[in-house]
Amino acid sequence: MSDTVIQAREIRAPRLRTRGPLGWWKDPFRKPRILSAITWGYLAWSILPVLVAIALSFNAGRSNTQLQTLGLRWWLNDPDGEGLFQDPELRAAILQTYRLSFLTMLIAVPLGVAFAIGIDRWHGRLAKGASFLMLLTFVMPEIIIGVAMQLVFQHLLKAVHLGTTAQVLGLVTYQISYPVIIVRARLLSIGKEFEEAGMDLGATPRQSIRRVLLPLLYPAIFASFAIVFADTVDDFVTVRYLSGQSSTEPLAIKIYSVARAAPTPAVNAAATFMLITTTIVIALGYAAYKRASRGQAGGDVSALTQL
Amino acid sequence: VAVPVIAAPSRAAPPPRQRRSRLWAALAAPGIFWLCAFFIFPLYVVLCIVFGQIDPVFRTPVPVWNPLQWDPTQFTYVLTHIVGTNGVYGPAILRTFVYVLLASSLCLLIAFPVAYYVARLSGRRKGLLLALLIAPFWISYMMRMFAWVNLLQDDGLFNKVLSLGGLLTPEVNWLTGQPVVVVLGLVYGYVPYMILPLYAFLDRIESSMLEAGRDLGASRASTFWRVTLPLSKPAIYAGLVIVALPMFGDYYTTTLLSGSPKTFMIGNLIDNDIGTAGRGPEGAVFVILLMLLLIVPMLYYMRTLRNQETG
Repeated sequence: MSDTVIQAREIRAPRLRTRGPLGWWKDPFRKPRILSAITWGYLAWSILPVLVAIALSFNAGRSNTQLQTLGLRWWLNDPDGEGLFQDPELRAAILQTYRLSFLTMLIAVPLGVAFAIGIDRWHGRLAKGASFLMLLTFVMPEIIIGVAMQLVFQHLLKAVHLGTTAQVLGLVTYQISYPVIIVRARLLSIGKEFEEAGMDLGATPRQSIRRVLLPLLYPAIFASFAIVFADTVDDFVTVRYLSGQSSTEPLAIKIYSVARAAPTPAVNAAATFMLITTTIVIALGYAAYKRASRGQAGGDVSALTQL
Repeated sequence: VAVPVIAAPSRAAPPPRQRRSRLWAALAAPGIFWLCAFFIFPLYVVLCIVFGQIDPVFRTPVPVWNPLQWDPTQFTYVLTHIVGTNGVYGPAILRTFVYVLLASSLCLLIAFPVAYYVARLSGRRKGLLLALLIAPFWISYMMRMFAWVNLLQDDGLFNKVLSLGGLLTPEVNWLTGQPVVVVLGLVYGYVPYMILPLYAFLDRIESSMLEAGRDLGASRASTFWRVTLPLSKPAIYAGLVIVALPMFGDYYTTTLLSGSPKTFMIGNLIDNDIGTAGRGPEGAVFVILLMLLLIVPMLYYMRTLRNQETG
């Protein structure tokens, strides 16, 4: 009994001996204070400016830099009609943002999912080339695609006027790689066994895709919807090069053009409003993802972190 | 009786394997068509405009479709105006390289410790930290830059904080062509894109590797230098490429945070040309140059993506 007590003391002894900064530095069990300070410092730097911008949207004064008194003036009832829900231009910009995101989502996700399934199973040189092209759209700086498409629609395919149609065509081109990458990661983790089991039980290849593979892909599809939506709301370059009259300019362009020209806090309110709706869509996407992947081993969310 | 049994397989016209591969091709076809029509074709049009003519009256570009008739005048014009006495484009191009190099190194200096801490040391706070790291992804880039524009105005919060409540009077106009602000703006904009892949990688390193290092007598520091860091080299390169590629094409960050030609980048050259009547072809030349410039990092990034796909 007394032996164990002595041993315990001997193990502790070296830690007690060194105190002070040097001892702290040498202590192998110390908390990682430096790293945690860097991390929290980074997070503060990353998020506080946005919180300030949100707070400024509730400014009762005209200033975009100093918070005077709180009020909903820039959301609802500015006397000059410049509040978010009064100003027709801001409303049009927000509507255009949604229109573009919604249309892009509806086109890019089905196209991408079909493409991913096809390319994943279809072997051959053409398939390899197509998958190369798809990744190329993903890594290419947006300005290249945006300018290239603008030149096409301006000088050649004049039937497609710059505006919503051109913007959606450009956005789909730029976004289609997200569902492809997400779905392919998912396909990899599912394997081919379920589908083959379906076909062994008498399903045709087409049925096995519709009734076995597709339900297994739902999590990836929901994730794709949410990501494409959030990324299109965020899009600026493609949408700007392909926009026509000012009515086709979404919020990102509006912010860009007024940012250095004495904007009112209504712009902050508009950006905050977009942020709230994007958060809701992402939350819905995540909930759908969770629901659809119940009881299945995950593994494709990690793919999201690599995008 | 034996004959129809033998004949049966030949009646089912295409064998299943071939029929299935036709189904795969049919699934991929719309996507392939889309890429050809709206990705490859526009890039070809850019080439046709670069090596094409300009309408003498309307000053609009006239694309030349046949590569054999391509005219390199516009291309060589830009190339000869990069360095030397006529080097009007040189400074912006050089500046882009300097900014991107500085900004992506700073990104790495921030991203690695943060990713390392969250992946290995954050304990039960991990979920919260991850959510906060992902947050910038759904806050629009423009809003994040706009937030900084507000903070950095002459009467903005940043100068208020600097003045320590009236003790000092910082006479800095942050938003009028300060390279530091532009570089930090780029870091602010793109560092989240580096943290997440690094996090995903560091999170996957088996702790048995690190324990083996410690068991073999390495100190914590040398385990880091000789095990963790070499293992994460590919992830670090990938992270650098991920942030550098969009930075090379960026023009809006510098426009918003400085607006001065003193901080213009390649993206601004393209943007100005595209916005000016009659200079479309010149902008197209820069687009092609940018693509040539980035071809190696793009291929590298594609390789890492493909490696991830195959596991």
